[in-house]
Formats: sequence, C-alpha cells, structure tokens
Amino acid sequence: MLLEVAGLDLRYGATHAVKGVSLTVGEGEIVTVLGANGAGKSSLLKAIAGAEKPTGGTIQFNGRDITGRGASQRVRDGLVLVPEGRQIFVSLSVEENLLMGAYTRSGAEVARDAEEIFDRFPNLEARRHAPASVLSGGEQQMLAVGRALLARPKLMMLDEPSLGLSPIVVDQLFDLIAELNAQGLSILLVEQNTQMALEVASRGYVLELGALRAEGTAEELAADASLVEAYLGNAEDAA
Amino acid sequence: MSGYLSGVIAILGINVIFAYGIFVTAAAGQLNLGGAGFQAIGAYGAAILSLEFGLGIWAAIAAATVIGGLIGFLIAFPILRTRGVYMVLATFAFAQVVVGIVLNSNYLGGSMGLIMSDYIETGAIIWATLGVILFVFYLMSTPMGLAMRAVHDDEPVADLMGVNNRAVQVAAFALGGAITGLSGALYAYYFGFVEVQYFNALLSIFVLLYVLIGGTQTAWGPLVGAGFFTLIPEALRMGEDWRFLIFGVLIVAMMILRPEGIVTRDAVDRIRARLSPRARDA
Repeated sequence: MLLEVAGLDLRYGATHAVKGVSLTVGEGEIVTVLGANGAGKSSLLKAIAGAEKPTGGTIQFNGRDITGRGASQRVRDGLVLVPEGRQIFVSLSVEENLLMGAYTRSGAEVARDAEEIFDRFPNLEARRHAPASVLSGGEQQMLAVGRALLARPKLMMLDEPSLGLSPIVVDQLFDLIAELNAQGLSILLVEQNTQMALEVASRGYVLELGALRAEGTAEELAADASLVEAYLGNAEDAA
Repeated sequence: MSGYLSGVIAILGINVIFAYGIFVTAAAGQLNLGGAGFQAIGAYGAAILSLEFGLGIWAAIAAATVIGGLIGFLIAFPILRTRGVYMVLATFAFAQVVVGIVLNSNYLGGSMGLIMSDYIETGAIIWATLGVILFVFYLMSTPMGLAMRAVHDDEPVADLMGVNNRAVQVAAFALGGAITGLSGALYAYYFGFVEVQYFNALLSIFVLLYVLIGGTQTAWGPLVGAGFFTLIPEALRMGEDWRFLIFGVLIVAMMILRPEGIVTRDAVDRIRARLSPRARDA
C-alpha cells in the first residue's frame, strides 16, 4: 500500500474531528472519502498532509512511518495536498505560483515541468505573468492542481476540488483527475459531489461526524442508496 | 557637488539601506518596529570596534553588519513566537531595551555618545547603497525571495508547498538585522559621532512607514518610500512651518489612495509593458 492510515485521531480542544479512522490507498488507485459538511474530511486530509498534528494513530507512506514528520518533509516524500478553496498565492503571478509547487526541487527539470503544465492548461499560459488573483475559480483550481503536480507527487490529495465551480468546469476537473490517474498518479479525493467522485474512484470511504461508517468499492457504495441518504444527505444534489 | 546636496544624498543612501533592512523582514510578512534598535547596534558596533579594538573603517563596518545579523538571528526566535500586533510591540520593546542598555553603559558613552576617529565620504555611501539595492533585487528573484513572498501571502499553504516557514522568517530577520546594522555603521562613520537620542521610537516608526508607503510587494518599494520620505521634507523646506503639516497630509493621502504602497507588482508590470510592449507578448 502506498498510504496506510491506522486509527487516526484528531482533536481540536473539545472538538473530536477525526475518530480513529483507518484507510489505505494503493499504488495507482483513486480513493474517495465522502461525507457531509463537518464530517471531518478536511481535518483527515490535513492530518495526513502534516498540517495538523494527530492526537493518535499512525500514518505510513511508501513503506515508511511519517507520523512524526512535518508538512514540508512530507512534500519531499511525495505526499501533496491541494487544499480546500484552492488557496493560491494571490500576490504571486501565475508562473510564480507554479514555481512554489516545485519549491522542494531544483534544477532545469523544474522549468521543463512548468512548461508541461502550461501546455496542459493554455488558459494559464496566457496569463503566466498576471497576478493569480485575476484568474477565474476554475482556472485557480487548475493552477492549484498544476502547482501540486510540480512537486512531482506520488500521491495527490484533493480537498473538495469541485467546490464553487460551474458544472462544465467540474466535468473538466474530473476528466483531469482521471487522466492524471491513467498516467500513474495515485489520488485521494475528498468530495461532497458523491456521484462524480464515485464515477472516477475505484474505492471509497464514508465519514460521519469524524468516524468511518462504511467502506467499499465505488460500485458497492453507489448501489447502496440508503447509505448515501443516511450519511451524505445530498443524494438529490448528486443525482 | 555642494555640501548640502552631498549631505542629502548621504542621508538618502543611509535611509534607503535602512529601509531595505526593514523591507526584507516585511516581505516575509513580519513587521519590525524596532528598526532604530538594529541601526543603533550597527552604529555602536562600528564605533566600539573602531575606537576600542582599532579596526579599520571597512573591517569595522563589515563586522558591525555581521553583529546586526547575529542579533537579528537570535532575537528572531522569541519575536517569532508572537503574531500580528504583538510582534510589532515585541520589536518595539527590543529597540527600547537597546536604547536603555546604551544609556546606562559608560563603556558605550551613555547619553554623551561616542565620537568617531575616522570618517567616510558620500561616495562610499553611494556605493554601499547601490550594493544593497542590487543584493535585495537579486534576493527577491531567487527561490528564497519567492518563498518569503509566499510566506507573507499564506503561511499554512506555504507550509504545504514544502517551505520551512520558520527558517524563512528567521533568515529574513537575520538578514534584515544585518542590512539595518550596515546602515547604522555607515551613519556612525559619516556623521562622526553616535548618540543614543538619534535612535528613538520616531525613527523606528519613520523607517517602517518608508517601507509600508513604498510598498512591500517588490524591491522597488523601499527605494521609492525612503526617497519620498527623505526628499519631500527637503523639497518642502521653503514652506518652513507648514512643511510637516503638508507632509502629514501627503502621507494620509498616500495611505488612502494606495494602501498597498506606492509601488505594487501591477504597477511594475504596467511600466515594464509600456517600456517594452513586445517583450511581454513574446
């Protein structure tokens, strides 16, 4: 397994955000974590990325215990998070945002990889020197994904990437996720858009109030209508 | 060059270097309201090294710069534990402590100050200023400069990109301490004496204003800010009694009209585009 999370626990003061969650992501897999607002999905990803300190449990990545490693070390290990709400650097240019993704790397390859991202996203290429704040929401999401790709990740974690995007852009985004996966990238995807997530993923987990309620293949989860209604509460939005 | 003009240029150079010392930390998102303390360390460092240890002019200036950097490095650890307005207060308190130590030390001349035995001319200050400007422009073009701006923009996300935020902030503080120390050492050698009254709270406030009004987004900011602050009061001299009032109104107007500072990245891009329209399309 590329990523193995065992009994992960996270508390913020009195709030018990993640309650003993265990999950795995295999090499080349897309795994999705589903759940309603406040189910602890973002907290789980932040703990895996090292942005939050778990209060219990272990995280193994690429055969190594990384529980005690800092966020910046995990990026060097190949574990990269595309944070919720894009979180691009608004006062940096589009190109500088991409280069920040490659902060842990150096050499001529970085410039070549950046050109590859620009080839993939012509909209970004056209605004390369403009401040990233002028991009549309969809373009900012592409920039956030491109920035993460420049770190040469083994596993990319995406936190609610479809949030606030138009349906057309959401389709493009999921096409991109599938394409990146086909090229060998492993992906852990947190989504409220249940239907889209289950279409692209091979397996999934359902979180409710910080605890794991169900897990299975994407087909099993998609077929279990009661589960979707009970824990996701947005079956109609997703349909 | 007339004596008056030469004096204005020397003060401008010292202020520009001073502003770059504060800019380097501000560019990484830290407001330093203790500028006068760091400048005093450079000035007194150069004076003591010259008077007590017999160092030559440039050796003493270099050593004072290093001392400023070392103290910046050490003080960064407690100061970076604070945030926002508390950081501003902590740096301010640091400067007051420096002044307090000097005032109570006979070795450092107390309130009488120290008289230098060597001098530098305006030319030396011009060269040092050019050197600092080039260095900071170079720094801002490196990955370190980019990381500083990223930390300024969004610390948690910079962390997710693999930036060691704390290391970047400590480095920026140390570098700021060194550059500010350099401005103090040049001040001591140019004016021929150091007295602690000069390194007061108002000086710390002014240099921070140079930087904030100039703009922290690009390395042009401190140059424009320090130039504005040093030259406008000189240009307003004919108004005598009115000049500080006019100056104050100008500052308030700047803050309302250009809250990001006089020089923003947008402005630099627009000027570049106008100068070479083809370079940007290519």
